[in-house]
Amino acid sequence: MLSHLPILQVILPLLGAPACLILWRPRIAWAFSFFISALAFIISGLLLKQVWQGGEIVYALGGWEAPWGIEYRIDLLNAFLLLIVSGLSTVVLAGARQSVAREIPAEKQTLFYVAWLLCLAGQLGILATGDAFNVFVFLEISSLSTYTLISLSRQREALWAAFQYLIVGTIGATFVLIGIGLMYMMTGTLNMADLAQRLPEVADTRTVFAAYAFIIVGVCLKLALFPLHAWLPNAYTFAPSVVTAFLAATATKVAVYLLIRFSFTVFGKDFSTFDVPLHSIFIGLGLIAVFSASTVAIMQRNIKRAIAYSSVAQIGYMIIGLGLGSVLGLQATLLHLFNHALMKGALFMAMVAMMLRIGGITVDDIAGLGKRMPVTALAFVTGGLSLIGVPLTVGFVSKWYLVSAAFSQGMWLVALLVVLGSLLAVMYIWRLVEIMYFRESPEQAPRGEAPLTVLLPLLLLVLGNIYFGIDTRLPVSVTEAAASSLLVEAYQGVQVGGAK
Amino acid sequence: MNAAHLLNWTLLIPLLAVVGIVLCSRWENLRETASLGAAAILFAVVCTLYGNLRDGVELAVHWIEILPGLAISFRVDTMGMVFALIASSLWFVTVLYAIGYMRGHDEQNQTRFYACFAVAISAVMGIAFAENLFTLFVFYEVLSLCTYPLVTHAGNEKAKNGGRIYLGILLGTSIALFLPAIIGTWMLSGTLDFTPGGVFPEGTSPVLLSVLLVLFAFGIGKAALMPFHRWLPAAMVAPTPVSALLHAVAVVKAGVFSVVKVVVFIFGIDTVADLPVTSWLVYLAGASILLASLVAMRQDNFKSRLAYSTVSQLGYITLGAFMASQAAIVGSMLHITMHAFGKITLFFCAGAVYVAHHKSEISQLDGMGRVMPVTFIAFTLGALSIIGLPPLGGVWSKWFLMMGALDSGYLIMLAVLSISSLLNIVYLLEIPARAFLRPAPAGASLQEARPSSVVAMVITTLMCIALFIYGSDLYEFIRSARLV
Repeated sequence: MLSHLPILQVILPLLGAPACLILWRPRIAWAFSFFISALAFIISGLLLKQVWQGGEIVYALGGWEAPWGIEYRIDLLNAFLLLIVSGLSTVVLAGARQSVAREIPAEKQTLFYVAWLLCLAGQLGILATGDAFNVFVFLEISSLSTYTLISLSRQREALWAAFQYLIVGTIGATFVLIGIGLMYMMTGTLNMADLAQRLPEVADTRTVFAAYAFIIVGVCLKLALFPLHAWLPNAYTFAPSVVTAFLAATATKVAVYLLIRFSFTVFGKDFSTFDVPLHSIFIGLGLIAVFSASTVAIMQRNIKRAIAYSSVAQIGYMIIGLGLGSVLGLQATLLHLFNHALMKGALFMAMVAMMLRIGGITVDDIAGLGKRMPVTALAFVTGGLSLIGVPLTVGFVSKWYLVSAAFSQGMWLVALLVVLGSLLAVMYIWRLVEIMYFRESPEQAPRGEAPLTVLLPLLLLVLGNIYFGIDTRLPVSVTEAAASSLLVEAYQGVQVGGAK
Repeated sequence: MNAAHLLNWTLLIPLLAVVGIVLCSRWENLRETASLGAAAILFAVVCTLYGNLRDGVELAVHWIEILPGLAISFRVDTMGMVFALIASSLWFVTVLYAIGYMRGHDEQNQTRFYACFAVAISAVMGIAFAENLFTLFVFYEVLSLCTYPLVTHAGNEKAKNGGRIYLGILLGTSIALFLPAIIGTWMLSGTLDFTPGGVFPEGTSPVLLSVLLVLFAFGIGKAALMPFHRWLPAAMVAPTPVSALLHAVAVVKAGVFSVVKVVVFIFGIDTVADLPVTSWLVYLAGASILLASLVAMRQDNFKSRLAYSTVSQLGYITLGAFMASQAAIVGSMLHITMHAFGKITLFFCAGAVYVAHHKSEISQLDGMGRVMPVTFIAFTLGALSIIGLPPLGGVWSKWFLMMGALDSGYLIMLAVLSISSLLNIVYLLEIPARAFLRPAPAGASLQEARPSSVVAMVITTLMCIALFIYGSDLYEFIRSARLV
C-alpha cells in the first residue's frame, strides 16, 4: 500500500471527482471532497517522510518500466510542493461550504466540488509525474477545471475573466506541448530523467533551443510572470472567493515548480545559463514585476484585485530567487513558494469571511471592519504583516534568504531593490489597514464574524504564518536539501551527457 | 528559582499583564491594578537580576533558533541592565500617571491602550537583553508595530496621518536600511552575537564597513538622527503618557541603545574610530543636535517643542556613540538615563497642563505657574537636568560627553554641546519663565492634575536629583561594562 502512494496521491482526487457527481447533494459533495482532499494531504505528508528518509521514489505506472510506461518520480522538491498544494486545498475546502452556498447557484454547487477535485488532481499530477507529456495532460486537466471554477461565480464579469484565462492558458499549454514535441523529436523520449540524459548530446541544435524557449514562455504564461500576467488579476478578482484562495495558494506554485523542473532537471543548469542570459532576464523581469505590480496594487479599489496584483509581485520575488541561480537563491524561491502559499491563503481566506458577511470586497465595503469583524480584520492584518516580511512571520524568512542570496553573489543592487519592493507592500497593506480601522463603517453595515467553519481555517492559516515564521525547521531543511540536490543533480546530468 | 530563568520573566510578565488587562477590561480599577502590579513585579525582577549581575552570575537564556545560526536569545549585560532598569521603573511611574491622565481625559479604548503599552514594555525588555543583533531586530520591529495603535489612539484623521508617518519612517528605515545592514553583517562575519570589540574579521574592507555603519546609523530610525526624525514629532498625536514613556524613553532610547550596541559590540569602538565615514556621522549628529534645537525654539505647541528637544538630545547619544571612545560611550549611556528621567518629567507636566486646563500651546501658559505650582516646579527641575546644570543628573552625562569629545579629538563638538546647552536654556526655560513671571489669568485658582499624575511627576523629579547625588555609582556601574 505504502509503495503505491505516488499514484494514490493523484488517482484519489481524480476518481473522487466523478464519485462526487454521483453524490449530487452539495452538502455531501462538500464533505466528500473535503475528505478526499484531506486524504491527499495525509498521503503527501507520508510521501515527504518517505522521500526524506529514503530518497527519491520512482514509481512505474502499471508496472511498465520507464521508457515504455509512464513513471512518477517523487523527490524532495515535488514532495514538498505536493504537501503545500494538498494542504492548502484541504484548509480552504474546510471553510468553503458556506461561501460556496452563498456565491454559487444551488444547482451548480456539486459541479463546483467536482471541478475542485479535478483541479486538485491536475495540480498533484503535474507535480508527481516524471513524464513530460503527462505534465501536459495534467496541465490541461487543471486548467480546464480552473476555467470552470472561475466561471461558476455569480458575477457576470467572471465569464469574461475565465474566457481571458482560457485563451491565455491555452496558448501557454500549447507552447508547452510544442516544446515537449520538439524535445521528443530530438531525443525520442518523454521521460524527464531520460530527457535530462539525452538532451546534452543535442544541446547545440536550434530545435532544442526552440523547445526550451517554447516551454519557458508557456510556463511563464501560466505562472503570470510579468509581462505575461494580464490574466491573473481578473481571474482572481472575479472568481468565487474560495477559488481565489485556492488558486492563489497553489496554481502559480505549480507553475513555478514546472519552471524549476524544466530548467534545472530536464535541461540542466548549464544549458539554461550558457547562451541565453536567461537568469539576468529573470532577475530583471522579477524586479519589474515587484515594482510595477506593487504600485498598481496600491491604487486598487477592490481589495481582492489589490492582493491579486500583490501575487504578481510575489511571483516576481520567486523568479528573482530562481534567476540568482545559486543554491541559496533557489532555496529562497522554494521557501517563498511555501510561505507565499500561507500568506495568500490567509489573506484570501479573510476575504472569504468578509465576502460571506458583507457581500462585497471594495474599500467602501471594508470601511470600519476593525470594529465590525475584529477577528477577521486582525487576521487580515497579520497576513499583511507576513506579506511585508515582519520578523516572526514567514515573510521574513523568505526575505532573509532572498536578500542573503543576492548579497552572497555580490548583487547589492538586487538586494536593495528587493527590500525597497517590500516597502511598497507596506503601502498597499497599510492603506487597507487604515481603511479598516480609521474609516467609519457605512450606515447599517452588517456586523459580526463569519461562522466558525470559516474562521477556524482562517485562524489556522494565520497561525501557520506565525508558527512557520518561528519554527522554521521543516521548510528550511526540506528546501535546503531540495535546492542543493537540484543543482547537484543538474550538474551531474551534464557530466553524464558529456561522457557519452 | 534559577536567576537565568528570571530573564524569561522580564519578557513574560508584561505579556501576562496583557492577559490580565484584557480579562479585566470591564473593571477599570482591577485593570489598572494589573498594570501597576505587573510593573512593580517587573521592576523587582529586573532589580534581582541587577543584584545577580553585580555578583557576577552568568545570566543568559536561549529561546529558539529561528534560522540556522540565528537564535532568539538573551543575555544580561551592563548596558542592557541600565536600559531595563530605566524602562521598568518608569513603566510603573507612567502607569500611575496614565491612570490620572486617561481618566481625567475620558479617553476611549483604555483597555487597548494599557494592553499595547504592556506589549511595548515586553519588546523593550527584549531589546535591552538581546544577546544578538537578530534578537534585537525582532523586538525592534515588534516595538514599532505595537506602538502604532498607541500613536493612533485618538482614531481621527490627524492620528491616522501621524501614525502613517510614524510607521512609514520606522518600518521603512528598518526594512530598507537596517535589515540589509544586518544581513550584510551576517554575510561578512558569519555571526550576529554582540561581541566586545566587534565581530568583523581582520582585514574587512573599510569601505564595506563604512557603508554598513551608515546603513545602521540611518536604518535604526528610532534613534531619530536627522533627516529621519520626522516620525517623532508626528508621534505626538498620541496621548501624553505614550509620548512620555515611549517617545521620550522606551522607543527612542531603544533606538539610541541599538546604535550604541552596534557601535560597541558589532563594529567595536576601535574599528569605528578608524573608519573614514565616522567623522561625517559625528558631524551629522552634531548638526542634528543644533538644527533640532533651532526647530524646537520655533514650536509653540508644547509637545512639539519637547519632541524636537528629544530629537536634539538623542543626537547627543548618537554623537557619543560615534565618537567611539570609552568616555564618550559612558557619556552616551549616562545620557540615556539622565535624559529619560528629565524628559519624562517634562512630558508629564505638559500632559498635566493639558488634562487639567486644556492648554496645549506654550503661548497659553502665562501665569500658569501659580495655578499649578508643583507641575511647574517639577518642569523647571526637569528642564535644568536636561540643560545639564547641577544639582541635577544631567550634568554628569554632559560632562562625560564633553570628555569623550576631547578624548576623540572632536574639539568642535565641545562648541556644539555648549551652544546646544544655551539653546536648551532658551527654549526650555522660556516655559517656566512664562508660567511664573507673567500675570496669571483672571479668576484662576490653584488646580493641579489628578493626584496620581502629580505623584508620578514628583517621583521622576526626585529621581533627577537622586541621579545627581548617586551619579558616581551609576558611572562606576556603566564603566564596568566590557567594551573591548
